[in-house]
Amino acid sequence: MRTLEQTTQEVLDLATKHFQLPAGTLAPGDDFFKKLGIDSLQTLEMLSRLENHFGIELPDYEVQGVSDFKTLAERIQSRL
Amino acid sequence: MLDLSKYQSIGEALRDALDQYPNEVCLIEADREREKERLTYRDFKERAHPLSKALQDGGFSASSRASIIMTNQSKWLISAYAILFAGGVLVPLDYKLTSDEQWQLLKHSGATVLVTEYPIWRQLSTSPGRAVATNVRTVLVSEAPASADLVGAQRWEEFRGAGEPVFIARKRADTACIVYSSGTGGRPKGCMMTHENYLEQCLPFPSLYPVWPGARYLSILPTNHAIDFMLGFFYQFVSGGTVVHLRTLRPEYVREAFPKYKINYVTLVPLVLKNLQKGLQARFAALPPAKRRVLNVMIWMNKLLTRERPRLWISRLLLAQVHAAFGGGLEAILVGGAFTEPQVLQFFYDLGIPVANAYGLTETCVGITANDLKPFRADTVGKPLPGMEVRIVNPAPDGVGEVSVRSKTVMAGYLNEPELTAETIVDGWLLTGDLGRFDGAGHLQLTGRKKNMIVTEEGKNIYPEDIETVFESLPVKEFCVFATNYIWPKRSMVGEKLVLALHLEPGRPYSEELRQDINARNNRLINYKRIHGVVLLEEDFPRTASLKIKRNVLAERLAKLDSVAAILPL
Repeated sequence: MRTLEQTTQEVLDLATKHFQLPAGTLAPGDDFFKKLGIDSLQTLEMLSRLENHFGIELPDYEVQGVSDFKTLAERIQSRL
Repeated sequence: MLDLSKYQSIGEALRDALDQYPNEVCLIEADREREKERLTYRDFKERAHPLSKALQDGGFSASSRASIIMTNQSKWLISAYAILFAGGVLVPLDYKLTSDEQWQLLKHSGATVLVTEYPIWRQLSTSPGRAVATNVRTVLVSEAPASADLVGAQRWEEFRGAGEPVFIARKRADTACIVYSSGTGGRPKGCMMTHENYLEQCLPFPSLYPVWPGARYLSILPTNHAIDFMLGFFYQFVSGGTVVHLRTLRPEYVREAFPKYKINYVTLVPLVLKNLQKGLQARFAALPPAKRRVLNVMIWMNKLLTRERPRLWISRLLLAQVHAAFGGGLEAILVGGAFTEPQVLQFFYDLGIPVANAYGLTETCVGITANDLKPFRADTVGKPLPGMEVRIVNPAPDGVGEVSVRSKTVMAGYLNEPELTAETIVDGWLLTGDLGRFDGAGHLQLTGRKKNMIVTEEGKNIYPEDIETVFESLPVKEFCVFATNYIWPKRSMVGEKLVLALHLEPGRPYSEELRQDINARNNRLINYKRIHGVVLLEEDFPRTASLKIKRNVLAERLAKLDSVAAILPL
């Protein structure tokens, strides 16, 4: 079982890879809309990547209103 | 389509539609690859009537107001019909607003009933805003887990009355829906849409975009939005069509839905259309050179053959693979909610996929103008729909002026806002606040905005007044939010942005601390509502006798600043 810290790190690593950023660019408290300059559709694409990685389903409503990696990781953690 | 001229209310027309097409499928609901539900019009009636009866048993009657805050799903439409059947006024609210915003609008609307789904209720029930909307007495929550504490709400699935409900007749002039076009922070603009508005708006559709029993419409735009309410519910139902709902809007599942459900029509906002374009372009780019050359020839031939009007069968033949990806039965992609760049529209039309650009406001029901595709024009929003009188007020020498509309689809007014209504509807003409002109062929071209607001590519209308509360108590002398286009008008409706105009306290600089404070507050707003930068003005803001900022005068003063250099990034 992963700890929340591990899940958060994996979320950050995956987003870093998905958006082809230099390692260490992203932090848990970052707002991903702002930091990545992405729109809501690109966020949904990122979520699909995360779902595949963690082997879970994240309904759209679970991520409604979420804009930082830490909260996103918490939502994922609760479904692991 | 039913003959809508003989109906008094949308509830009455829907009632007859359910009896007219009992065996046709009206709803398909899917969650990812799983189909969750498929209902015929008969099934729909059997679900809706007990709900309507239970509402009536609880005292719900003519003109009672009920709100729906749900994602696109079958229970949205079932609840809406049950409310309209009982003579109620529907208040559709955006499920993407924050809970506090939703409670504010619930209070403003005077709704006594709220229909929502569990994930939304989880947020709503714990929001401090709940205390203000004491008018909401009955809350129905769908899909709640068996163990969930509903904190005062009832389960939608169990809220059923025994026996048949009584149909409550309404008149054409009565309010059918209160649709909020804005106003979560400032003055709520609750557009009172009458039954006549919807019945009249629907009349020209069959000649433009015919829907037949069993025709499939993919409902992606939120149903609380006027476009989906009309095209993804009312128009489909009175024509016996099928509405397909997806519980997730991940691009990959949306793409799969087209071939899987053989979609005939879909309405998209520009952002989604652009995303589809990007996906297709990437696929084209990955083709081996020989195949790409063939594709280019096919596109060229298609362009030639569809110059005058769409010829779907030819396009489907020439560009079979592209059309197969869209299910092979796509009649048209309707685009609305925001301004669409011509090159995006042209891209799809060149592939033989008719994209119908249209223009409308919540205040005018759905559409004022639409492209009839004869011929296709990417650079305009089409011609006025039958029944619409459109004129340009105070045109400049080049013909550009404010677009105004008179028709039976114009709202009755803004709820509880007689002054605002009088400013917006003058002598029966609705002033849209959009600037445009007619070309020689009678097509309307939009060129900009007169009003202080922006529309995002996702079709969200953002009014500066609505986001100013987040900057309250900022340590500055005065502040005001503007759309950049309002200060520095340009002939464009793309890339619209918001800026925060600041008048600093005397002797205080624009410090790093202040910038960070603004940033933190800005981040509290949902991403598409955020401001883009700051503009400084070293003078008192002009104010009215009641000390309200004169936004138009202030904008004129700011306009003297350089439109690029004056905006300090955050």
